[in-house]
Amino acid sequence: MKEKVKILDQEGVSRAITRIAHEIIEKNKGSAGLCLIGIRNRGVYIARRIAACIKQIEKTDVLTGALDITLYRDDLTLATGQPLVRKTEIDFNINDKALVLVDDVLYTGRTIRAALDALTDFGRPKSIQLAVLVDRGHRELPIRADFVGKNIPTSRKESVEVRLKESDGEDEILIVEKE
Amino acid sequence: MLWTRKDLLGLEYLSAEEIGLILDTAESFKEVSSREIKKVPALRGKTAVNLFYEPSTRTRISFEVAAKRLSADVINIAAEASSVRKGETLIDTGKNIQALKADIIVVRHNCSGAANMLARSLDVSVVNAGDGWHEHPTQALLDIFTLKEKLGKIKGLNVAIVGDIAHSRVARSNVWGLTKLGAKVTLCAPEMLLPPGIEMTGAGTSSDLEEVLKNADAVNVLRMQFERDENTAFPEQLDYFKKFGITEERLARAKDNIVVMHPGPINRGIEMSSGVADGKNSVILEQVTNGIAVRMAVLFLVSQARDASRSSDA
Repeated sequence: MKEKVKILDQEGVSRAITRIAHEIIEKNKGSAGLCLIGIRNRGVYIARRIAACIKQIEKTDVLTGALDITLYRDDLTLATGQPLVRKTEIDFNINDKALVLVDDVLYTGRTIRAALDALTDFGRPKSIQLAVLVDRGHRELPIRADFVGKNIPTSRKESVEVRLKESDGEDEILIVEKE
Repeated sequence: MLWTRKDLLGLEYLSAEEIGLILDTAESFKEVSSREIKKVPALRGKTAVNLFYEPSTRTRISFEVAAKRLSADVINIAAEASSVRKGETLIDTGKNIQALKADIIVVRHNCSGAANMLARSLDVSVVNAGDGWHEHPTQALLDIFTLKEKLGKIKGLNVAIVGDIAHSRVARSNVWGLTKLGAKVTLCAPEMLLPPGIEMTGAGTSSDLEEVLKNADAVNVLRMQFERDENTAFPEQLDYFKKFGITEERLARAKDNIVVMHPGPINRGIEMSSGVADGKNSVILEQVTNGIAVRMAVLFLVSQARDASRSSDA
């Protein structure tokens, strides 16, 4: 049996996202020129929720997009099981935008490295910031998050499971002991 | 659903799920060609060799563009300008290409089964770009992709394939792919161009174009392959156009939103009138655009599968 420990429940997830939205507005002095790009799949849902929060606070719409980083992974040629290539949807120009990259869990940093490479192919934003729902440590690259929902110290033997209503039917964050 | 084949040889050998996976992957790749920087690093460091024993412009260029948008290096070999003329066999040519540490061979050959033979003899990935009268899987995949994009589904569609069925690998691949995905296919041609036994593929046959067009959701019009006409078994060109050419008058009696496809190059005024080729139902140029996405998906999937099997052997 896998041991599971709940770290955040629905309200905890909701508060974390609201706080991230406030911090993004504070750091960028408003929402002008802001855009949110979520990394598929759960990063996209989190980005949309942050955008909805920002709209409530600032009364302005924030552009959101979806990024699939499969084709930019550095482990594509290794035997990692076959990743499914999904659609990237960024239907606006990212040049000179204050771009916030959004993902569910920050771990080794390799996904973010791939995402930065991919974004370079779309244009030259004024700045790129990183927002994650969970930072679980164990970085393998010099990458850090600007906005963190929850820091969760973990061991490499554990895995962090972010479950969201859009994809999993409910909002919660669990630590799972791998067998 | 996992893709585990190092080669793509024909749609006859694939399951409906495998065809679906290629189409879904192609949908993701289509976006790449709409970017300002039309390139992703997925096949960086891989070498793709286009080995063509038959003249081809659009298929070869489409594969070349697809490979380059995936950042692969591309080498083109036209057989008439190579050591094939000095008597080298297909397998020897393939082994030499493999010895150059190429990763993918895209092969077109005038003999049915050439790609299968090459795939059995080599460790590199082999993609069939047309072998004799056998199969042309990527053409059928791009036809099906385009159809799905236009009509939203494949299951339950009535698809007519009109023209030179006997000589057409495009028709065969389309029949395999479409019937596996649940479409009903009718092959329509003069009787002399309907090969005996073709019904075994699961398609119906007819020589009544008017009747076939009336029920069709889509019509795929094949090119009359006069260059393959060794026995002058063909009807007169003008006579063919009169009886089987797709014209605006005939289309007016078909469904209003019928999708008109053609694998190219078009013989205007033989299979199809210019008005139809350039008309509102025609998706011929969209097929060309979609061909790149489909071929990117195929190159990506076979290369991934080959890498995975090699690293699990190690």
